[in-house]
Amino acid sequence: MSETPPALEVTDLHVSFPSEAGPVRAVRGVSFSVRPGEVLGIVGESGSGKSVSSLAVLGLLPETADIKGSVKLHGRELLELDDRDMTEIRGKDIAMVFQDPLSALTPVYSVGDQIVEALRIHQDLDKAQARKRAVELLDLVGIPDPARRAGAFPHEFSGGMRQRAMIAMAIANDPEVIIADEPTTALDVTIQAQILDVLKKAQEVTGAAIVMITHDLGVVAGFADRVQVMYAGRPVETGTVDDVYYRPRMPYTIGLLGSIPRLDDGGRHALTPIDGNPPSLVDLPAGCPFAARCPIATDLCRRVEPELTVREGGNHPTACHRSHELVAGGSLDPATIYPVPPLPKAPADSVPREDRTPVLEVDGLVKHFPLLYGAVVKRKVGEVRAVDGISFDIREGETLGLVGESGCGKTTTLLEILDLPSGQSGTVTVFGKDIRGLKGAERKALRRDLQVVFQDPMAALDPRMPVGDILGEPLKTHGWSRDRIAARVPELLGQVGLDPDHVDRFPAEFSGGQRQRISIARALALEPKLVVLDEPVSALDVSIQAGVLNLLDELKARMNLSYLFVAHDLSVVRHIADRIAVMYLGRIVELGSAEAVFGAPSHPYTQALLSAVPLPDPRKERERRRILLTGDLPSPADVPTGCRFRNRCPKFASLDESDRGRCREEDPAPTGLAGDHTAACHFAAAVTVV
Amino acid sequence: MGRYLLRRLINHVALVLIAASLTYFLAAISLNPRANFAGRNPPVAASSVTATLNDYNLNPDTPVVVRFAHWANGVAHGDLGRTVTGGEVNDEFARRVGVSTRLLLIATILGSIGGVLVGAWGAIRQYRTSDRVTTLASFFVLAMPVFVIAVTFKLWAIDINDAVGHKVIEYTGEYDPGLTGTGEILLSRLQHLLLPSLTLIVIQVALYSRYQRSTMLDVLGSDFLRTARAKGLSRRAALMKHGLRTAVLPVVPLLVYNVVLLFTGATFTEKIYGWHGMGEWLVNSISTNDVNAVAAVGMFTAFVVLIAGLLSDVLYAALDPRVRVR
Ligand code: SF4
Ligand code: SF4
Repeated sequence: MSETPPALEVTDLHVSFPSEAGPVRAVRGVSFSVRPGEVLGIVGESGSGKSVSSLAVLGLLPETADIKGSVKLHGRELLELDDRDMTEIRGKDIAMVFQDPLSALTPVYSVGDQIVEALRIHQDLDKAQARKRAVELLDLVGIPDPARRAGAFPHEFSGGMRQRAMIAMAIANDPEVIIADEPTTALDVTIQAQILDVLKKAQEVTGAAIVMITHDLGVVAGFADRVQVMYAGRPVETGTVDDVYYRPRMPYTIGLLGSIPRLDDGGRHALTPIDGNPPSLVDLPAGCPFAARCPIATDLCRRVEPELTVREGGNHPTACHRSHELVAGGSLDPATIYPVPPLPKAPADSVPREDRTPVLEVDGLVKHFPLLYGAVVKRKVGEVRAVDGISFDIREGETLGLVGESGCGKTTTLLEILDLPSGQSGTVTVFGKDIRGLKGAERKALRRDLQVVFQDPMAALDPRMPVGDILGEPLKTHGWSRDRIAARVPELLGQVGLDPDHVDRFPAEFSGGQRQRISIARALALEPKLVVLDEPVSALDVSIQAGVLNLLDELKARMNLSYLFVAHDLSVVRHIADRIAVMYLGRIVELGSAEAVFGAPSHPYTQALLSAVPLPDPRKERERRRILLTGDLPSPADVPTGCRFRNRCPKFASLDESDRGRCREEDPAPTGLAGDHTAACHFAAAVTVV
Repeated sequence: MGRYLLRRLINHVALVLIAASLTYFLAAISLNPRANFAGRNPPVAASSVTATLNDYNLNPDTPVVVRFAHWANGVAHGDLGRTVTGGEVNDEFARRVGVSTRLLLIATILGSIGGVLVGAWGAIRQYRTSDRVTTLASFFVLAMPVFVIAVTFKLWAIDINDAVGHKVIEYTGEYDPGLTGTGEILLSRLQHLLLPSLTLIVIQVALYSRYQRSTMLDVLGSDFLRTARAKGLSRRAALMKHGLRTAVLPVVPLLVYNVVLLFTGATFTEKIYGWHGMGEWLVNSISTNDVNAVAAVGMFTAFVVLIAGLLSDVLYAALDPRVRVR
């Protein structure tokens, strides 16, 4: 392996941008190299400099950027080339796949034309030849009916298909290096699995080196050969995936690995969050940039920034003064440097589920939207079956995780519960009362007991209000006196782990994680019984997310709360939920305790969903066999007859004809398995996938 | 698409008819053609005035509904009625549409293209001196009344002519009627066209470039432009092929409406440079109580708005696949 010279070699790359506050030092000494056929994962949280480095390699940074160092492609220095010469390299020798495939394709040209363009920039092909090649490429990346689809425009493609088209474009000129910048971040997990598969295939076809940039340690574990972890513009640890995942020797890597919720570690326990926030890149403190958050920082750390070198007793480079101590059997055990917060026991945990009172009961809820057509006179041409008859309940002190991919109806469900239902049929009962008929005072009481936390804390908090007023607002609405509010607000801040003295600050002065804590504090102000959490951590970096998840768990135990936790990330749900409901196309296809659903998933969709979630564990990932779903989620306006999952169901394909007939004609109702575990499949059978 | 356009056309024709009728009523009620005959020397006999007015269907004493019916009947048969001086509105109309077209054709094409290019260029060079200068200049132009611009140009032309010693730049009328040879007439027309075109172009470039600059700025930071460059297009090629094409879209309707409405909106330019086009006619016909002419201009304006609507729809659909109806 070490014989082949690297295809791309980056040495001591520095990038800074001018800003009003002074130069932003986005990248400070990045070095890496990739050989042909190798995959390097560059992992880091937002602001770590990972994307900036990749754009610097391609010469796509704005002209104001100050770039130093060296980028060599097969020994040829790229940073010295002018833009004209770089155009010969971009798209030919180095290709790039970007994150959001909707905005990354030009909306006014057909997908085929955009691939043709990529081909004809670098190859001497006539229009017909290029067209033919473009169709072949689309076929290669798995676009069905490629000859026809080549004429489609980006908005007519689904997210997954667009990303496939992006990959087709990237491999069009048989590149030496493919840089993929968060290629699956905007996609659902089953689509992510498909795209990773396509990327693998693209690599096999081209033999290219891949640099995969991501924030997700799970995605690269099974995909990359080597990883480089970045923090505050620098690599802090780099090595083979096995070295970094199993023998991390730098506290940030250790913390990151400890803070990711995992699907495979037996469920409910507290995560190890990394306290604090990444430093500002404008005026970095002296010493190790991680020192402020590091549990084992010393004086030396605060004075001298550690170099990235192979340290004593290790075999891969780390940037930490204490790496030599961080070995199993050394003076510092990597497993224990971060204090693991205890998982508080909720009072409800000791009471069997049947004996606890239900706080929310949803029974047969249906919400269809008319599909309208026409500019002036709208006529109904169909129906979007957003929620199509779902039932579940949440009992006191319990967290129900409602999971599913985009378009499955989880948001509509949540809105129906929050906005008092307008649904066509079914009932929603909160604290024993049917909320449809509620009026006046009863409704106000319900509003107090049922609170909500949204995904984006910045959008949910009024930026012109100080935190004290934000938290006081719900109290004021419910007639609290000024004195009581003044006493309650600091108490709330303390409860969510913020400084009670910060009542006068504005939302913009807090970090993302802190803002989400403020949203939580506001939801808790009136001591509700049920809190609806809509993707509460999906906008946060993992190291921050862990702290918020722990907080939610702790509050639940302390205040005997119940949660309806809506999320797309199954690993997160695994960590917080007692019970799981899996939605697909307006229905709950599987429902049961977290142990049952994750341990013995019985609906083919749940199985595929779970198997698509990457684990931050290279060895397991290498051995796992994914259940890949074909195609995209059908539109809820066009629900298949019989079982709505059948056109993608891997099990359906393996059934004999008579059984298939049943799937085709009969809409499966939830059938009971062990305990209160149900699955809506005629042929439900447990499979272990994690 | 064809059917959709047809439906819109029918809807719009109805609107044009309503607008034209309302214009007629408004003009017929508020304008008094009889006043044109007052104070004439020698005085005209009242009976003969009435006879003339009746003849032209302009007599304010005839109930407006009756006059309208008469007018509408004429219009339905392609006759727009008579002017206060007895001429056929049809003839005047045709002549003036011709004048306006000759005046506007080149100016609007150059103005639109120039506006788009200046705007896009400003966006690409945001905050550089060239961008600041064009921004400042266009706001200066937009803040200035049209007649000030036109008169200023006229004065400059006079200075230039004086300096050269003979009239290189003309500033009154369409051409010199005293000339004969085709070449000479053509040259004379160009000499006459220069200043009014310049006036219109400057104003249009200033206006359109502002819109174009801001839509282009939105596009500059877009991911697809980055993708285009990552494919291997040079910055320039990416900007022209992917950036400008997308950034022009939102400006298209505005451009089309502005251009088409200039047909009756170039009043000052026409008046100052002595071009007898539609814009001038609107003002003149109101001041001479010329009811039928006002109605004709009104109808024309409504019709032109209809065309603008259709044109911008068709153009937009041609440029943006996302709105195409399949
Ligand atoms: S150098 Fe010091 S502060 Fe930095 S990670 Fe190592 S121990 Fe922590
Ligand atoms: S009912 Fe049939 S098609 Fe549906 S999930 Fe079960 S096996 Fe698949």
